[in-house]
Amino acid sequence: MAVEDRLSKGSRHPDMDRFYDARSEIITGPVADWATDFSHLDPEWLADPYPIMDSLRQECPIAHTERFGGAWLPTLYEDIAAIAYDTERFSSRSVTVSSFRPPRDAAPSGGTPPITSDPPFHHDARKLLLPAFTKTAIARLEPGTRAFCHSLIDGFEGRDVVDAARDYAQEIPSRVIGDMLGLSPEDGGQFREFVRAITREDTYQARDERIKRAGKMFVYVLAAVNDHIEHPREDLITYLLNAEFDGHKLEPKHITGTIALLLTAGVRTTYSSIGVSLWHLAGNPQDRERLVAEPGLLPTAIEEFLRAYGPVTMARLVKEDMHWRGVDMKADDWVLLPFPAANRDPAQFDRAGEVIIDREVNRHAAFGLGIHRCLGSHLARMELRVALEVWLERIPAFTLQDPSAVTWVGNQARGPQTLPLRIR
Amino acid sequence: MKVQIDSGRCQGHGRCYEIAPGLFGEDEEGYGKVLGDGLVPSGQEREVGLVAANCPERAVTVAEGA
Repeated sequence: MAVEDRLSKGSRHPDMDRFYDARSEIITGPVADWATDFSHLDPEWLADPYPIMDSLRQECPIAHTERFGGAWLPTLYEDIAAIAYDTERFSSRSVTVSSFRPPRDAAPSGGTPPITSDPPFHHDARKLLLPAFTKTAIARLEPGTRAFCHSLIDGFEGRDVVDAARDYAQEIPSRVIGDMLGLSPEDGGQFREFVRAITREDTYQARDERIKRAGKMFVYVLAAVNDHIEHPREDLITYLLNAEFDGHKLEPKHITGTIALLLTAGVRTTYSSIGVSLWHLAGNPQDRERLVAEPGLLPTAIEEFLRAYGPVTMARLVKEDMHWRGVDMKADDWVLLPFPAANRDPAQFDRAGEVIIDREVNRHAAFGLGIHRCLGSHLARMELRVALEVWLERIPAFTLQDPSAVTWVGNQARGPQTLPLRIR
Repeated sequence: MKVQIDSGRCQGHGRCYEIAPGLFGEDEEGYGKVLGDGLVPSGQEREVGLVAANCPERAVTVAEGA
C-alpha cells in the first residue's frame, strides 16, 4: 500500500469516537472524604496535594472513589512501583482518568502508542522511537533550545513583572518538540493555536468536548503528515512515515496516534516542571542564591525538584476482578499512579517532605518505573536544565510578586498556570 | 570492586551515565552500559555507590572483590 493511501481522512480509526462509554452516573462536586471519595480534579488537591497524599499514606494507603466509574489511589512507593511493573494485571490502554473508558479491544495498541500500549505490542512501538530520544540525540537540540530561552528573556526588556509560566515555561517545550517533529511555528498560526488548545486546562471530563478536541487534533496531525508526504524532510514525522514495524510500514492510526502523543505528552509535563522549579526558587532565596553561586549543583537540584514536585501522575485500568494488597479491584477500575506521592514516601526517602537541593541519593520515580519509563525523559531534563541555566544567568534575583496570585492546573500533570515574578 | 547493569531491569533512565560518565555510557537506544570491564578504578568507589543508589530500577549492582 502506498504511503499516500495509508493516510486519508477515512483512515481515522473508529475507536476515536467509540471511546468512552460512561460506566455509571458522573459524580462531581467537592470531595467528602479523601479515603473513600477522592478526586484528583478537586481544587484542594490541585492547590496542594502533598498533605492529602501524606495523610492517605498513613491512614488509607490505597484510597478509593466511586467517581470516574470507580478508581483507586495508591500512595505508598512500593504499591505504586508494583503496579507500574505489573503489566499482566494492569493495562495502559488509557492512561488518562475520566468517566469514560476506551473499549477493551483498543488494547494492545491503545490510541496513542506506545504510552497506551501493552506488551507485546508495546516493545517494538517503543523501540522505534528510542534512538530519537537518547541523551546523545537530544544533546543536538541544546544550542537551539538555549538560544530560544535567551530570546524569551530578551522579550522581557523593560518589564518589572513577568508571568514566568505563560511567558517562559509554557513557550519552551512546544517549540522544541515542534522542531523535532517538523512542525513550524510559522505555519499560519495553526501550530500556535494547537498548542494553546493543549496547554489550557483540561476539559477531559466533558465527553463531547473531548471528542471534539480529539477530532481537531487528528485533522491538524493529518494535515502535517500529508505535508510531509509531499515534502519529506529530516524530522520525526518523516521518520515515522518510513519506519517499519513487524515487517510492514506503520498503520495510519499508529502514525497519527504517535504524533499526537509526542505533541502532547512532553508539553504540559515539561513546562510544569520548569514553572514549579522557578516557583520554588522565587520563594526560597537561599536555594536561588546557592544555585547562582554554584551552577554546577544545578543537575543535582533538578533531580530534587523532579522528586519533590514532579508533575506526572499516570494511570492504568485493572484487567480482571482481583484481590490486590487488601482491596477488591474490579475489571476496568482505574488505578492512578501518583509518582509525586511515591516520591514523598518517608519509607523511601529521608526527610521526604523537605526540598534539599544537594540531595545526593535520590532514587525518585518522576519519570515512572518499568517499561513505560518516560520516553522523553532526556529531552525533559535537557529543557529543564537549559531553561533554569539561562534564567539564573540572566535573572539571578527574582521573587514572587504575590504568592496568592499563583494558580495551579493539571489533572495528571500539575504545575503553575500563572506565576507572576518580580524580576527587577 | 566490580559493577554490572542488569539489562533485564534497565529502562534507560540514564542516571548512571549522567552521574558517572567515565564509567557508564548509553547504547543506541539509551540503555545504560558499563564501559570497559566493569572493574571500578580505585578512588571511584563512592561515585559508583551513588550510581547504584540513584538507579530508579535498581539495575546497577556493585560486587566486592574481583
